[in-house]
Amino acid sequence: MAFEGLSERLQGTMTKIKGKGKVSEADVKEMMREVRFALIEADVNLKVVKEFVKKVSERAAGSDVMESLTPGQQVVKIVKDELTELMGGEQSKIEFSTKQPTVIMMVGLQGAGKTTTTGKLAGLLRKKHNRKPLLVAADVYRPAAVQQLETVGKQLTIPVFSKGTDISPVEIARQAIEHAKAEHLDTVIIDTAGRLHIDDALMQELKDIRALKEPDEIFLVVDAMTGQDAVNVAQSFDEAIGITGVVLTKLDGDTRGGAALSIRTVTQKPIKFIGMGEKLDALDVFHPERMASRILGMGDMLSLIEKAQTSVDEEKAKQLEEKFRTSSFTFDDFLEQLAQVKQMGPLDEILKMLPGANKIKGLENAKVDESQMGRVEAIIYSMTTQEKTTPEIINANRKKRIARGSGTSIQDVNRLLKQFEDMKKMMKQMSGMNSKKGKKKMSMPGLDSLFK
Amino acid sequence: MSFFKKLKDKFAGNAEQEQSTEKYKEGLEKTRTGFTSRINDLVAKYRKVDEDFFEELEEVLLQADVGFETVLELMDELRYEVQRKNVRDTSNVQSVISEKLVEIYQAGEPELNEIKFADGLTVILMVGVNGVGKTTTIGKLAHRLKNEGKSVMLAAGDTFRAGAIEQLDVWGQRVGVDVIKQAAGSDPAAVMYDAVRSAKSRGVDVLICDTAGRLQNKVNLMNELEKVHRVLGREIPGAPHEVLLALDATTGQNAMIQAQTFKEVTEVTGIVLTKLDGTAKGGIVLAIRNKLKIPVKFVGLGEKMDDLQPFDPQKYVYGLFAEGLDKEDKLEEDSADK
Ligand SMILES: Nc1nc2c(ncn2[C@@H]2O[C@H](COP(=O)(O)OP(=O)(O)OP(=O)(O)O)[C@@H](O)[C@H]2O)c(=O)[nH]1
Ligand SMILES: Nc1nc2c(ncn2[C@@H]2O[C@H](COP(=O)(O)OP(=O)(O)OP(=O)(O)O)[C@@H](O)[C@H]2O)c(=O)[nH]1
Ligand SMILES: [Mg+2]
Ligand SMILES: [Mg+2]
Repeated sequence: MAFEGLSERLQGTMTKIKGKGKVSEADVKEMMREVRFALIEADVNLKVVKEFVKKVSERAAGSDVMESLTPGQQVVKIVKDELTELMGGEQSKIEFSTKQPTVIMMVGLQGAGKTTTTGKLAGLLRKKHNRKPLLVAADVYRPAAVQQLETVGKQLTIPVFSKGTDISPVEIARQAIEHAKAEHLDTVIIDTAGRLHIDDALMQELKDIRALKEPDEIFLVVDAMTGQDAVNVAQSFDEAIGITGVVLTKLDGDTRGGAALSIRTVTQKPIKFIGMGEKLDALDVFHPERMASRILGMGDMLSLIEKAQTSVDEEKAKQLEEKFRTSSFTFDDFLEQLAQVKQMGPLDEILKMLPGANKIKGLENAKVDESQMGRVEAIIYSMTTQEKTTPEIINANRKKRIARGSGTSIQDVNRLLKQFEDMKKMMKQMSGMNSKKGKKKMSMPGLDSLFK
Repeated sequence: MSFFKKLKDKFAGNAEQEQSTEKYKEGLEKTRTGFTSRINDLVAKYRKVDEDFFEELEEVLLQADVGFETVLELMDELRYEVQRKNVRDTSNVQSVISEKLVEIYQAGEPELNEIKFADGLTVILMVGVNGVGKTTTIGKLAHRLKNEGKSVMLAAGDTFRAGAIEQLDVWGQRVGVDVIKQAAGSDPAAVMYDAVRSAKSRGVDVLICDTAGRLQNKVNLMNELEKVHRVLGREIPGAPHEVLLALDATTGQNAMIQAQTFKEVTEVTGIVLTKLDGTAKGGIVLAIRNKLKIPVKFVGLGEKMDDLQPFDPQKYVYGLFAEGLDKEDKLEEDSADK
């Protein structure tokens, strides 16, 4: 049930237009309908969508979309440019105070990820900005919220200021700021309780904390999966306490994340960071262009390339290619490749980042079973050196031994041998057309089938 | 004047139906009768069923996160019905529309919003993505079941997230039920195994198992959940008897994929729609019920022990409109001010 991206949506309209020669105003209108549809499916707020589509329509009408031979692509480009622009630039800069300490407040709805992000942010400030953070446990409502932050602090070895749950959060924050001054901790990050934007009493509490020492940053933490309501939430928090930036969490999921656009539009505040996992180092800077692609369902190509670049050794990749061409690819090379792929992160996520991946049948729901990967490794480890380089010699007896040694079945071994052969064949063919970019994508279905 | 403004006016004059201005919470407590006739009344107020009317209806539903596909389907059906019956007389139009409106919330079996109890120990497994309200719902549900006279035990199956075990522990103390737990970082399946053993030996009626929040696209974590599910079934045939998926009402279209994936992995039997005390409506549950046939069993209406209510489809759908109605009203006032 993966949603179609904008490009796929527009393809239907394009087929109709093709052969007509010229794009009519009605065609543009129809394309705009698809844009509207795609954005709403991506959870962009309806009112924001309307505004956005109006703007895009004007640009599309005024530009050469109608004369273009590829009007669909033109529209996609305009939409994406507009979106990227709306998302703002890359702004992960944090404001630090000249008057110690710098105060950062984390606010948001229940369960958005404030406490986790408080920890992540502290880790990042320590690492990248050489700050000495103090975490403040100002959530006295949620059961065990204090223990949660204390555990986070312990995991990071960053001090946590807590005073139990019997004093008011405002008082806790006040004391924490004093404590930070005394201990020469230069950055105070206040973890506040989750609250509804319509809860006046609790919104007042935030205003009171804010009044202690004007925070240098007030981050609204928002779940990337948020739907239409994101506008109400962002607007209310911003109006009540004046946020300075946004952290979008849980973007390691498969949501389109249209809330990002809604929030930007209504608050005009920068999205500074994105949460990419539950672990305390999973905080990244926000890339507007990638977010735009993601909302439009165009695949997060840039992230993929970046991941590949950081984890695949160029030199080794070249050697590998050579091996494919000369058919001297062995199980040892295979193991090495597996290790590299694993370094890139969860495989199914990598697969999903490929543009057009949702068009490959079955891949939209691709679940790569990584325990299968472990099984593959176990089988290879149970082979002798000779077997690894010349798998042809693996006869029934050897198969039995390998299966026993790796705790798998003979069928598993057979399957791997067959897949290895297929892969070699395919790789050989592909290395021949290496110059033609894009064909490389084809390797993915093959790889994918290995882990199903 | 808009359709919804009229709808509001209609309600305003009627004491029994004044909940149009109240929160869904209060609405839940009211009787479920009269919804159809209410819609009939509303539509009667609206003279022309024209494109403006449909558009307004469409926008209210879209802003409740119902989702484009479902909304369009509904609109098409409405248009078709109106045309097919060739209704010119407004009194006929109203019946057509009310029929269809009622259809979208029809949950089918009325007893679907209750927990199915087994003969001996009933095991309930709580699943869902991060931060949606699983642990809190367990606390509330334990409280509810205890009030119904059941003996309840909780299993701290989230051994991963910081403070998760302590959180469930606090709920156990609040409600006054035992919590079976192991150290942070232990194997959740082992915790479940332990818990089932204890529950059996102590002869409790219901065991509610907490699990760590996990995004549905994390294969390893979904495999882990499958294992937990399997362990429960191995220890007690038929367990878990209920698998409740917690969905945050604030979540948009991704909730559909959540429901689909969790259903595949754990045979979800019902949804708990949490955080409905906010301004989000969680309209995607309509599409989920429609496509995946998973009923909503409970709704979460706050962070306190008794903020859990059985789901009432009629009241819920009514809430979708009532909210839209309030909004329209406000918008009109706003523009009148200008
Ligand atoms: N996958 C993923 N999970 C996250 C991310 N950020 C937070 N979480 C998880 O989301 C859940 C809620 O996070 P918390 O930090 O407790 O959220 P909170 O806003 O402090 O919650 P309250 O204090 O109850 O309002 C936890 O299970 C976190 O592990 C993220 O970027 N990715
Ligand atoms: N307003 C409101 N808040 C709720 C409701 N249900 C849960 N919450 C709050 O949402 C936050 C997260 O709830 P949890 O029960 O910890 O959620 P969880 O799904 O167990 O989270 P993880 O275990 O971290 O995945 C807490 O602050 C709860 O108090 C509800 O119905 N209404
Ligand atoms: Mg918190
Ligand atoms: Mg929990």
